[in-house]
Amino acid sequence: MIVIDQLSKIFKTNEHELKAVDDLSLSIEKGEIFGVIGYSGAGKSTFIRLINRLEEPTSGTVEIEGQNITGLARHDLRVKRQEIGMIFQHFNLLWSRTVEENIAFPLEIAGTSKANIKVRVQELIDLVGLTGKEKNYPSQLSGGQKQRVGIARALANKPKVLLCDEATSALDPETTDSILALLVDINEKLGLTIILITHEMHVIQKICHNVAVMEAGRIVEQGNVLEVFTHPKKPVTKKFVEQVMGKPNDELTDDLLIEHISDGHVLKLTFVKETANQAIISEVAKHYDVDINIIQGNIKQTQEGAYGSLYLQMTGDLSAVEQAMQFIRSTSVDVEVIAHG
Amino acid sequence: MANLFPNIDWMDLLLATGETLYMTLVALVGTLVLGTVLGLLIYLSAPGNLWENKIVYLITAGFVNIFRAIPFIILIFLILPLTVLLFGTFRGPTAALPALILGSAPFYGRLVEIALREVDHGVIEAAKAMGAKTSTIIFKVLLKESMPALVSGLTVTAIALIGYTAVAGSIGAGGLGDYAYFYGFTRRDMDIVYVCTLLIVFIVFIFQFIGDVITKKIDKR
Repeated sequence: MIVIDQLSKIFKTNEHELKAVDDLSLSIEKGEIFGVIGYSGAGKSTFIRLINRLEEPTSGTVEIEGQNITGLARHDLRVKRQEIGMIFQHFNLLWSRTVEENIAFPLEIAGTSKANIKVRVQELIDLVGLTGKEKNYPSQLSGGQKQRVGIARALANKPKVLLCDEATSALDPETTDSILALLVDINEKLGLTIILITHEMHVIQKICHNVAVMEAGRIVEQGNVLEVFTHPKKPVTKKFVEQVMGKPNDELTDDLLIEHISDGHVLKLTFVKETANQAIISEVAKHYDVDINIIQGNIKQTQEGAYGSLYLQMTGDLSAVEQAMQFIRSTSVDVEVIAHG
Repeated sequence: MANLFPNIDWMDLLLATGETLYMTLVALVGTLVLGTVLGLLIYLSAPGNLWENKIVYLITAGFVNIFRAIPFIILIFLILPLTVLLFGTFRGPTAALPALILGSAPFYGRLVEIALREVDHGVIEAAKAMGAKTSTIIFKVLLKESMPALVSGLTVTAIALIGYTAVAGSIGAGGLGDYAYFYGFTRRDMDIVYVCTLLIVFIVFIFQFIGDVITKKIDKR
């Protein structure tokens, strides 16, 4: 568990002060993936650097598993940092070292013996899926492969926490997904706590359990990812949710539906934490004497299940339609009749 | 051969070439050590860096700037008392070494500092995040990551040093410059000047070639 208490970082220039992180308190459970989202300038990058004291806090404390990081002397901090992995937007690999030498670097720093380094490096290379690339130099790798080296390097000393500083922001969408999948995999396999900062809501949506929204150095909204997605409160949060869900008025209005659909019922299915992975639509089609036409849908997968809505046109006998609706209600999916022709 | 270059004593020429190589190589080692230390000190003590320290920065940067500003021929005269104190004489290749090193180390120090500044700040940050000591960051990150620039900088410095040895030759340091000046130019035996010139150009080419090969081999960017 990580406890951050009243953490502040003030940058002073000649003329004015900038509160990059302003009296921030937060607690992060062991083993969770915790996301911090904010626009550039919100202070999230400073925040993550305060955790391992790449930036020295102006005031406040950071505690990792009961140990006060902010109170450590230089030497102790160095040793402690070996237990805190970090990956970066621009990977920050040493170009003069091969993949395996890059991964070996933190082990050399920790004073691991040559024989043990060899074994551990091979384990890590296999873990991140870079088998066969051991002798390559970073310049010979793609962005996604470089970040895999970064991840392997961050995990080398078996850290308790992994800090991700915009780790996917320099990658294309497809590569981003594969890196996110790797992070989830590591989180589950190793029980590692992951703190990531990003400006991309889909990163939060795909892998985080909990999220905090940062604005002007403060956390303005915080909670379970699904909760924040379904009930965003602050304008900035709403904007981030729109990044993945689209604007609310992108959804069909009732008028439009009634205008275009003359036949049968128009149903809105709402998915919240849908985890059963049932094939609801095909079940309905198989067991009830109705025809189904999908009009529009927007469903996202989060760490806690599917979330979103689906519009259907259902035609058939009134009793069959009602039975079908009843069946859908018996699952975790909610149904609402928008229009009927 | 004897008709083409009637005035050349081939043994003397060989000796002079050996002296030039000796002065260049020994001074190069001294320059490498002193220049690297100077470059590191300037870089590390600069604002925002690992050992940020205004006084050290001003002293090292000042030292480098002053010694780079003094023309080499004047530098030789200036440190003559030191040379005599160290070696009892200011003649001969060994006595030329302090002037050669003092003349080229500040130059190389600047090149080292420029090379270090080119190292990606993110990589240093990553090493810090791994818990690296400052010595680890210096030797395994800063110097290693800037190695191609350090080697090509050393190549440029070596070539400048070859030129300096010839200048030092004019006050009796020995080497090809000395041979060309005293045996060639002052006696108007121009064939000696030509042969010495050819040899110096040849040595410069060899240094450049070696430097280029090494730089290319270690540059994995």
